[in-house]
Amino acid sequence: MALHPFFRELRLTLGILARNPSAVIGGVIIAVMVLLAVGAPLLAPFDPVRLSLSDRLLAPGATHYFGTDELGRDIFSRVMFGARISLSIGLLVIAVAGITGALIGATSGYFGGRTDNVIMRFMDVILSFPSLILALALAAALGPSLVNAILATAFVMIPKFARLVRGEAMVVREMPYVAASRVAGAGHGFIIRRHILPNCLNSAIVLATLTLGDAILIAASLSFIGLGAQPPTPEWGAMIASGRKFLMDQWWYATFPGLFILLTVIGFNIFGDALRDVLDPRIRR
Amino acid sequence: MRILTYIIKRILAAIPVLIGVSILTFIISHAIPGDPALLIVGPKASKAAVESIRKEHGLDRPMPVQYLRYMRGLAQGDLGQSIRNHRPVTSDLADFLPATLELTMASLFLCLFIGIPLGILAAVRRNRLADHVARVISVIGVSTPVFWLGLMLLLLFYRHLGWLPGSGRLDVTSSPPIGVTGLYVIDAALAGDWALFKEVLSHLILPAFCLSYVYLAVITRIVRSSMIAVLGQDYITTAKANGLSTFRVIFKHAFKNSLIPTVTIAGLSLGELLGGAILTETIFAWPGMGKYVVDSINSLDFPAIMGFTLVASTAYVAINLCVDVLYAFLNPRIRY
Repeated sequence: MALHPFFRELRLTLGILARNPSAVIGGVIIAVMVLLAVGAPLLAPFDPVRLSLSDRLLAPGATHYFGTDELGRDIFSRVMFGARISLSIGLLVIAVAGITGALIGATSGYFGGRTDNVIMRFMDVILSFPSLILALALAAALGPSLVNAILATAFVMIPKFARLVRGEAMVVREMPYVAASRVAGAGHGFIIRRHILPNCLNSAIVLATLTLGDAILIAASLSFIGLGAQPPTPEWGAMIASGRKFLMDQWWYATFPGLFILLTVIGFNIFGDALRDVLDPRIRR
Repeated sequence: MRILTYIIKRILAAIPVLIGVSILTFIISHAIPGDPALLIVGPKASKAAVESIRKEHGLDRPMPVQYLRYMRGLAQGDLGQSIRNHRPVTSDLADFLPATLELTMASLFLCLFIGIPLGILAAVRRNRLADHVARVISVIGVSTPVFWLGLMLLLLFYRHLGWLPGSGRLDVTSSPPIGVTGLYVIDAALAGDWALFKEVLSHLILPAFCLSYVYLAVITRIVRSSMIAVLGQDYITTAKANGLSTFRVIFKHAFKNSLIPTVTIAGLSLGELLGGAILTETIFAWPGMGKYVVDSINSLDFPAIMGFTLVASTAYVAINLCVDVLYAFLNPRIRY
């Protein structure tokens, strides 16, 4: 049966990935986190926000696997719902930063000249800030909320995507088929959409996977400082912030959410590394 | 002489970047939070009070005029006044700078001291046990939330083992060493007060390790990959064939050439260390600029937050400038 080239490529890629142990480990971690996130309402043993003051600060045990917090909420259930929030944050950040960055980069690389110069200098300015510090200043200015934390995190990630896509766009725009397309009467928008952007997809996917971990870490840091998710939202960084007060006697409160951040980010990092080896034609040997 | 031209060129190139940094900081601090005047007087102030503050701070003028005013202040080292304690932000930051400097320097030292040998070991024993161990250490390093790592370190070394103190730069009962640098470890050593030296060092270990771990991972990775690239080159084979000892080949011939990417990454990491310092200082109650900025966030002290942002990113630009200059010394072929 003849497969569409896209699926043939996909099958090839998955085949190579399946033979790479770190890709498999990363993939399994991501799959488990996605499962926890999607299935949280069905799988979680307790309601993540319901208070039960008689069950305050219970140690991990048979009923409450990860113990309970100071309001008697089940930490295991909260961590599961937290997977929803953290994964959505990661995906949203990458979507906003990826799309904005790709458009900026494609415009910059395709038009070149002064446009390119102005845009890329602006990207350089963003990169002159340590990313967490810029995200923090932006989130503080916008006001503490989850949406603002996502926007702030996305903003500091835009230059990564813009630079990548710009580089590819500068190569692609010199291709004969782009010239042919132009001769045939295609406009700038059409060429960027149909020729430039699809060519950047592979490297953008790799970058997105690798950046997802960073995005989750930065957003969790903002929440930890108090600039992101607000209570009672079961966001991992915010949970660690409230668990911090009970660290000395109720170790489980801050420990488990952090463990899940660590696992999720490891998953994306090693999967992204493996994906780069497979997808990047320059390294694909 | 050519190296001097290069250095001057690099310094000149940093000026537009710094102007850009100041514009972005200005935009964030003046355009986004709505009304800076309201922030200065507080939400309950009367309309007249807000108006007078607006006039006094020139906030009724057009944006470009406000920017020039802001720049004029910056040129005189004026970062505005803290809303919390009504002190100039510049002097607040100056007070907290030594603590942050001590913490980041100690972390950088740990990064290089552990990261470089680990990276070399991983490269030399490629795909053997040492390499795998180094890889696991670095994957965990780049994936760990710094603030959580800090809490876990406190739990283990302070709460359970009781080996190290849990917060601050000093025991509550001690007073800081008298010295010029403001770095307690160095000041205590210079004063010859070894009991105090031991105390400040024990306070420094946990936060410094916590902050260094993430960048240790980055350094290990880069040393490993650049060492592998260098070790594959012909002149290394020649050196080995000529009967030089492994030690000499690795350190004299290979390591020196793998330094260039390492220096770049170490420089870039130093900026990220500043970001990590915010979280580390908060966890360990380390009285530095990072803890100051988090306290400022909690009391919505905008001038303080923006002042810190500007200082930190200027430091970052300056560090990268130094790295570029160092780069030129390390590799005489690099000239622009």
